[in-house]
Amino acid sequence: MAGFFSRLKEGLTKTRNNIVSSIDAVFGGFSTIDEDFYEELEEILIMGDIGVNATEKILERLREQVKEKHIKEPAACKELLIESIREQMQVGETAYDFENEQSVVLVIGVNGVGKTTSVGKLAGILKDQGKNVLIAAADTYRAAAGEQLLTWANRAGVPMIGGKEGADPASVVYDAVNAAKARGVDVLLCDTAGRLHNKKNLMEELKKINRIIEREFPDAHRENLVVLDGTTGQNALNQAREFGQVADLTGIILTKMDGTAKGGIAVAIQSELNIPVKYIGVGEHIEDLQKFDPEQFVNALFDV
Amino acid sequence: MAFESLTDKLQNVFKNLRSKGRLTEDDVKAALKEVKLALLEADVNFKVVKQFIKAVEERAIGADVMNGLNPGQMVIKIVNEEMVALMGSETTEIAFQPGKAITVIMMCGLQGAGKTTTTAKIAGKLKLKGKTPLLAACDVYRPAAIKQLQINGEKQKVEVFSMGENQKPANIAKAAIEHAKKNGNNVVILDTAGRLHVDEEMMEELQEIKKAVEVHQTLLVVDAMTGQDAVTVAKAFNDQIGIDGVILSKMDGDTRGGAALSVKAVTGKPILYVGMGEKLSDLEQFYPDRMASRILGMGDVLSLIEKA
Ligand SMILES: Nc1nc2c(ncn2[C@@H]2O[C@H](COP(=O)(O)OP(=O)(O)OP(=O)(O)O)[C@@H](O)[C@H]2O)c(=O)[nH]1
Ligand SMILES: Nc1nc2c(ncn2[C@@H]2O[C@H](COP(=O)(O)OP(=O)(O)OP(=O)(O)O)[C@@H](O)[C@H]2O)c(=O)[nH]1
Ligand SMILES: [Mg+2]
Ligand SMILES: [Mg+2]
Repeated sequence: MAGFFSRLKEGLTKTRNNIVSSIDAVFGGFSTIDEDFYEELEEILIMGDIGVNATEKILERLREQVKEKHIKEPAACKELLIESIREQMQVGETAYDFENEQSVVLVIGVNGVGKTTSVGKLAGILKDQGKNVLIAAADTYRAAAGEQLLTWANRAGVPMIGGKEGADPASVVYDAVNAAKARGVDVLLCDTAGRLHNKKNLMEELKKINRIIEREFPDAHRENLVVLDGTTGQNALNQAREFGQVADLTGIILTKMDGTAKGGIAVAIQSELNIPVKYIGVGEHIEDLQKFDPEQFVNALFDV
Repeated sequence: MAFESLTDKLQNVFKNLRSKGRLTEDDVKAALKEVKLALLEADVNFKVVKQFIKAVEERAIGADVMNGLNPGQMVIKIVNEEMVALMGSETTEIAFQPGKAITVIMMCGLQGAGKTTTTAKIAGKLKLKGKTPLLAACDVYRPAAIKQLQINGEKQKVEVFSMGENQKPANIAKAAIEHAKKNGNNVVILDTAGRLHVDEEMMEELQEIKKAVEVHQTLLVVDAMTGQDAVTVAKAFNDQIGIDGVILSKMDGDTRGGAALSVKAVTGKPILYVGMGEKLSDLEQFYPDRMASRILGMGDVLSLIEKA
């Protein structure tokens, strides 16, 4: 955990001083809670990609609480705000149950967000827990997608089932699901090709994959994770919404959080679509995937 | 979805604006409030938005309202003009070295932005122009990065130069140019690994390439879906490496692409191409006016204004 936070923080320190005005400066620099103060808060939230709508909602709630509780001190406001976002970003108690059940994890998302890398990292985590893991390489489209995933499977020390470039990805998943059943695999991880959510035929292809898992392995615990690039702006909302039409999303993997982006769009998604962030990607190495910690996330967002 | 409602909102604002002749401060402020929201929803960086709005406000207050337009539309007209001007008023092309000299192009950007794919796309475009490009595999980190470039090169029928994963990218670049000289390639495109702008070691690697070989065009590939951080990223690449142009990838999605404005605002460098899909033919010219209306999300309003 310390690793994630220091890396995240390390990345953030670089810009903290010049680009994003620190929240401490805001809270400390104001002696009263006035419009300028709220405006400054708005700027911090929007600069973190939380978006105009979610920011307005958050600030509205804050204004109400400030009134109700007769808060006069900007500093007291800070705690309120942090607490309310932290609470909103809580991960449910059953979020990681799939790790201990026979499960199929379907990993989906737009191009280049980090699906294949995240599958590799997840395989490493589960393998280390002593789980019997299998990877399905259902990206048969992108150049060298199979080779890339195979490298990850080897790093994690788990087997992979794939198909030739151009093969039907649904048939790869079919083979993998049946292999998983036959071999008594604990967790089957399915990597899929990147696709933009506004491409109808590609989204249909995912639906087909989802149906096949459902049909061939109805007893499996299902985990459908959408991967979002932490640097993505408001479009991530559309992504989560549309991928949610393909399969019931059970969580988000928020990647590339080792940069300077705050990943604040996850707050907007949580508040509008109620999909929790479950993992965070903080680098390109196999150990660079962490369970999501709302406390650390909010701290980094507000840089306290 | 958000597009219509925005236009509606604007129409409402316009209806309430009554001044004739000259734009008043109230007209301008009311219309610009909506514009500001539109820009933020399109992911234009907050600070860029503030500066932009301020500049437009200064120009708009007191300006004459053209015949056939209401005050709100007049403000939007000015906004649109300023935005097009900011994004480069005409389309720009990659600049080549004169005569038989080899042009060296270096691709750079964050992880997964689309560098490798775009490298192959550009190669295809250059071939059509009669160039003989060579692609150099300078990503020695990402699993199967070299293989990916080779497969794409094969599809485009252009040669790919690689030295495996155990050489320094600067050395690979140098050797690639030697190879190009011997084989008569007049363009060399260096596909580099994705890297974070805060990763000092990796940023230094790009500087080393530039020291080892003469790079004529450094192109930054930016994902069109990038949010507020686009500014930080583009500024870092421009300050530390020096870029000559930008390519906006994944514009075939439904993002409004405000990153384009942010990147342009902080680097001042032209946007050369936009990526419009995964196929290697999906690379298009960049049109500032189309981009402006996409970011504003006010297509209807703009066409109305054009007719006026
Ligand atoms: N810095 C950083 N880079 C990451 C992270 N996750 C993935 N990457 C990098 O992002 C790039 C794209 O990752 P991939 O795993 O290939 O992404 P993908 O979603 O499978 O891509 P497509 O299959 O092409 O859609 C690679 O260079 C990865 O090394 C992360 O958490 N941090
Ligand atoms: N839809 C769409 N996908 C694109 C476009 N450009 C690239 N991609 C996809 O985005 C993903 C990442 O592309 P790459 O070319 O591997 O990106 P990269 O910048 O080389 O990635 P790294 O080397 O890992 O940093 C792949 O799935 C590409 O097919 C585009 O214009 N539109
Ligand atoms: Mg992949
Ligand atoms: Mg690449």
